Amino acid sequence: MAIAAAAVPGAITGVAVVAPFVATLAPSERAKAAGAPVEVDISGIKPGEKLSVEWRGKVVWVMKRTAEQIASLDKIPVSQLSDADSKKSIQPGYVNSKTRSISPDLVVMEGVCTHLGCSPTAKLTPGELGNDWLGGFYCPCHGSKFDVAGRVYTGSPAPTNLVIPPHKIDGMKLVIGIGQDGKEA
Amino acid sequence: MASKHASMFTNPVLKWVDERFPMTGMIKEHMTEYYAPKNFNFWYYFGSLAMLVLVLQIVTGIFLTMNYKPDAQFAFGSVEYIMRDVDYGWLIRYMHSTGASMFFIVVYLHMCRGLMYGSYRKPRELLWIFGMLIYLCLMGEAFFGYLLPWGQMSFWGAQVIVNIFSAIPFIGPELAVWIRGDYAIGDATLNRFFAFHVIALPLVLIGLVAAHILALHEVGSNNPDGVEIKKGPKGNRWDANAPSDGIPFHPYYTVKDIVGVVVFLMIFTAIVFFMPEMGGYFLEYNNFIPADPLKTPAHIAPVWYFTPYYSILRAVPPMFGSQFPGVIAMGLSVMIFFALPWLDRGAVKSIRYRGTLYKSYFAMFIICFIVLGYLGVKPTSVFGQFGDWAKFLDTNEIATWVARLCTVGYFAFFFLMPWYTKADKTKPEPARVTAH
Repeated sequence: MAIAAAAVPGAITGVAVVAPFVATLAPSERAKAAGAPVEVDISGIKPGEKLSVEWRGKVVWVMKRTAEQIASLDKIPVSQLSDADSKKSIQPGYVNSKTRSISPDLVVMEGVCTHLGCSPTAKLTPGELGNDWLGGFYCPCHGSKFDVAGRVYTGSPAPTNLVIPPHKIDGMKLVIGIGQDGKEA
Repeated sequence: MASKHASMFTNPVLKWVDERFPMTGMIKEHMTEYYAPKNFNFWYYFGSLAMLVLVLQIVTGIFLTMNYKPDAQFAFGSVEYIMRDVDYGWLIRYMHSTGASMFFIVVYLHMCRGLMYGSYRKPRELLWIFGMLIYLCLMGEAFFGYLLPWGQMSFWGAQVIVNIFSAIPFIGPELAVWIRGDYAIGDATLNRFFAFHVIALPLVLIGLVAAHILALHEVGSNNPDGVEIKKGPKGNRWDANAPSDGIPFHPYYTVKDIVGVVVFLMIFTAIVFFMPEMGGYFLEYNNFIPADPLKTPAHIAPVWYFTPYYSILRAVPPMFGSQFPGVIAMGLSVMIFFALPWLDRGAVKSIRYRGTLYKSYFAMFIICFIVLGYLGVKPTSVFGQFGDWAKFLDTNEIATWVARLCTVGYFAFFFLMPWYTKADKTKPEPARVTAH
């Protein structure tokens, strides 16, 4: 009894002492404050061009797709895509489920592979990765392949499509971090 | 009486110490009266060499910290400063970077010895477990240390490994943020990795090495024949009760180990002076480019000593929309070594007396380990693709299928071990070590 009576408060004290040490490892207030939304001027992006923007330490691609690139999304058999309708993938409700964008041409997606976080390389020329390659992205780390809407091909280690962050388009101004629905990330 | 042994010293100062500290006792117990089997061969160099490399890493590491800055803004520059402006800084840094790879070479050979001669088996299970903990600790040291130069490979390697934790269901993403201390790999991550690398893990490592050696000296060393010298006849020319097949560690094995140290240092210094990058395997070329969070290098691979496990991670396809199975397989491929003492049910310990069945499995394991290691440094396209007939497969990369085959072989060695070691037709063990 006496041992238990001593052990219980001892254990509680132990946990209470460890807790602050564990807490120091979490992001600091300064790190949390650094996650503010980012504004991008999209007036200068021509069709086929891609901008890389940093948001919360992650790469976000802002890409204006050409008519051929948009058309290529229809040419991929659904059976070759792991999540053709992005049901398991992260994307806001206000983007089109196929083009994964607010307007058909301008797509905003995190350039971060959903496998282990590398940044995929643009392989936008059809045929660049074999004869049936329609253009898209290739992750150099573990070989995941994505189409121009960031949808992942089957056989890739990445389980889901590239993440579409909350964003809104206001004329020629794109804001990453605040959604079209006004919700902040 | 401070010691159970009479002092071995005549010097009054040492005698004074001996009356207050078990110096004679420790020297006798661990050196001059520790009787190791007399039939040690080449494979028994690597334990003492691992100790040597540990000391080298600690000493060079201390001197590196005197000029290194653990700050995302200055880290890369401070390493270049060490290389260019600090007198002999290049030497210290190349010794440290070469030491990291040599540590793994020595430890892999040391572990291979344990596998061949059954050194993990009763009564040495705990000794093996301490050894495995040292190995895990070493992997942590290598991983944390690799971020410090803050080059492209540092950054993206850490990115991949930390993201492995985010694959854990439910708690994964929060856990990864907690490990990084930020939403992406950044200054907070670098700072804490520095703390782990230079103080936390080295302390644990030294404690584990002490436990490993104490456990070794408690149960006694195994030997290439895998027979227990303590169960053999008693009495040698130093002690009537010591095992007849044992010789004092000092001077016999200290002298032998010095030969090993000389040969090792010849190889080590040749690398440090003539090929410190080792063709991009010891120091990867992309790591001479400062970390860029916006751009992953076109070809990324971990440093060679992690590649067998990395290949396993890459070979396992995602299941149920999650990459967690690959992560589990990779974790298991390291952790499974802990279970070896209980998986092996062979009648003999040493490969010298095992049958064809065990030898075949062992050879398969070594081949799988090396092939996985090779594939891990290469892109998955290294062997080309299958033709159109392979359309039904989830991937047509030949290398991925070779890696999958080797992953199966790797795990078969462990999971089938209880059966094939039992069914193995072993040769009779000798009563005493050979050439006694």
